[in-house]
Amino acid sequence: MTIELKHSQTAHCENGAAINLLRYHGLDISEPMAFGIGSGLFFTYLPFIKMINIPVTSFRPLPGMIFKRLANTLGVEIFRKKFRDPQESMKALDHALDQGIPVGLQVGAFHLTYFPRPYRFHFNVHNIVVYGRENGHYRISDSVMEEPVSLTCEELMRVRWSRGAFEPRGRMYFPVKIPDRIDLPSAVIKGIRRNCREMLTIPFPFFGVKGIRYVSRKIRKWPKKLGEKKADLYLGNFIRMQEEIGTGGAGFRFVYAAFLQEASDVLDKPRLMELSHEMTEDGDRWRAMATIAGRIIKKRNSGHETYEAVSAILWEIADREQHIFSELKKAVS
Amino acid sequence: MKKDKVPQDDDNLMEGRSRELCYAVDENGRYVSVLSSGWEPKNTALLQAWEQIGEEAKKAFDSFKAGRVSPLGFYMARGMFDVSLLSAYTKIPKRRIRSHLVPKNFRRLDAETLRKYAEVLDISVDELVKGPETAKIFPGEK
Repeated sequence: MTIELKHSQTAHCENGAAINLLRYHGLDISEPMAFGIGSGLFFTYLPFIKMINIPVTSFRPLPGMIFKRLANTLGVEIFRKKFRDPQESMKALDHALDQGIPVGLQVGAFHLTYFPRPYRFHFNVHNIVVYGRENGHYRISDSVMEEPVSLTCEELMRVRWSRGAFEPRGRMYFPVKIPDRIDLPSAVIKGIRRNCREMLTIPFPFFGVKGIRYVSRKIRKWPKKLGEKKADLYLGNFIRMQEEIGTGGAGFRFVYAAFLQEASDVLDKPRLMELSHEMTEDGDRWRAMATIAGRIIKKRNSGHETYEAVSAILWEIADREQHIFSELKKAVS
Repeated sequence: MKKDKVPQDDDNLMEGRSRELCYAVDENGRYVSVLSSGWEPKNTALLQAWEQIGEEAKKAFDSFKAGRVSPLGFYMARGMFDVSLLSAYTKIPKRRIRSHLVPKNFRRLDAETLRKYAEVLDISVDELVKGPETAKIFPGEK
């Protein structure tokens, strides 16, 4: 049995699962729109939490947050379930499919057979949509892939029960109730306001614009403090988090700029279009920083002055983002 | 980023399976989505991560060749498994996994335990028992 689901590719898997599921239920919004209403733009650097011995850097809120906020803001009711037992989790999936419901799943990337091998890390917060089952194969819309893919029952069960940080434990979800009337303008305003708060007012030095300043101050000291090799590993990890599969470029800054364009139309506020252009320039600076970082890692230059350059661009980016979000706050108040 | 500036630096990291979507500005200043086959700084960072994993695997391979560690040590390094993660997957207690890293204990393992390890590490029981012939982490790697 296969459900008629339109597969559309997105930059980020969580946005993708969300918009592909919502579209099936008759609510058609773009990825940037989903990301903006879900207040997805963020920055955090946590020096005291390490993954594989490298401090955690993230350009987005906690996994699942964007979809949760998006659903709450639009008034969409979501059914969510985790399981105790793998067999039971597959039964529940089959049951939903048999009723013609496409299902969102959280899965791990490590054993994901259709993924390019260089991307198979122990990353447990990938999101896919299952929309059919035929001859022992499940049909899957994985929004970071160009085309729909498929997995056998064993393969799917395995990735639904990956282990490590953020274990999925078979987690599945799908929309059960979409409101008759969606108030898009007010959802857009809520999403922007919440994002301004997240970027400007969290009272710790590790989040939002403050977090970018914090990294800028630390990064210039890395080569001395950590030694060249470790500094390069930290830096490599930093730009991977910024650019790896699923950010749409520049740590989601371009996706957010695309959202501001749409928001400008929805709210009929030309000011948002100007701020979208500023956000694009800001994204270009992130990429200029990554270009320098790439050269440092490849050792196409000498000395530590380039860590200084990275630090300086980050400081400038913090200034830009502080300005953009302060202006955004004014524009939607 | 302008639409015509979207990088297409293909380092075969996607193995021809897909391209990724990114957002860029068209000639009218409007955002559109564009497919990219890769971007050099990003490829560099990902290759650096694999180089690091390769170094760990090479250390484990040398220890295996010197008879200091069982084949399990190499396959764990290659698959980025620490003892806790392997224990979570196989339900074999951490203490026992540590003891299985000792070659003489590993040689006495029963078929069922070997099967559990091989399944999680994505190799055949044969490969696991024999151990690696090279320190390569990707088959077909140069």
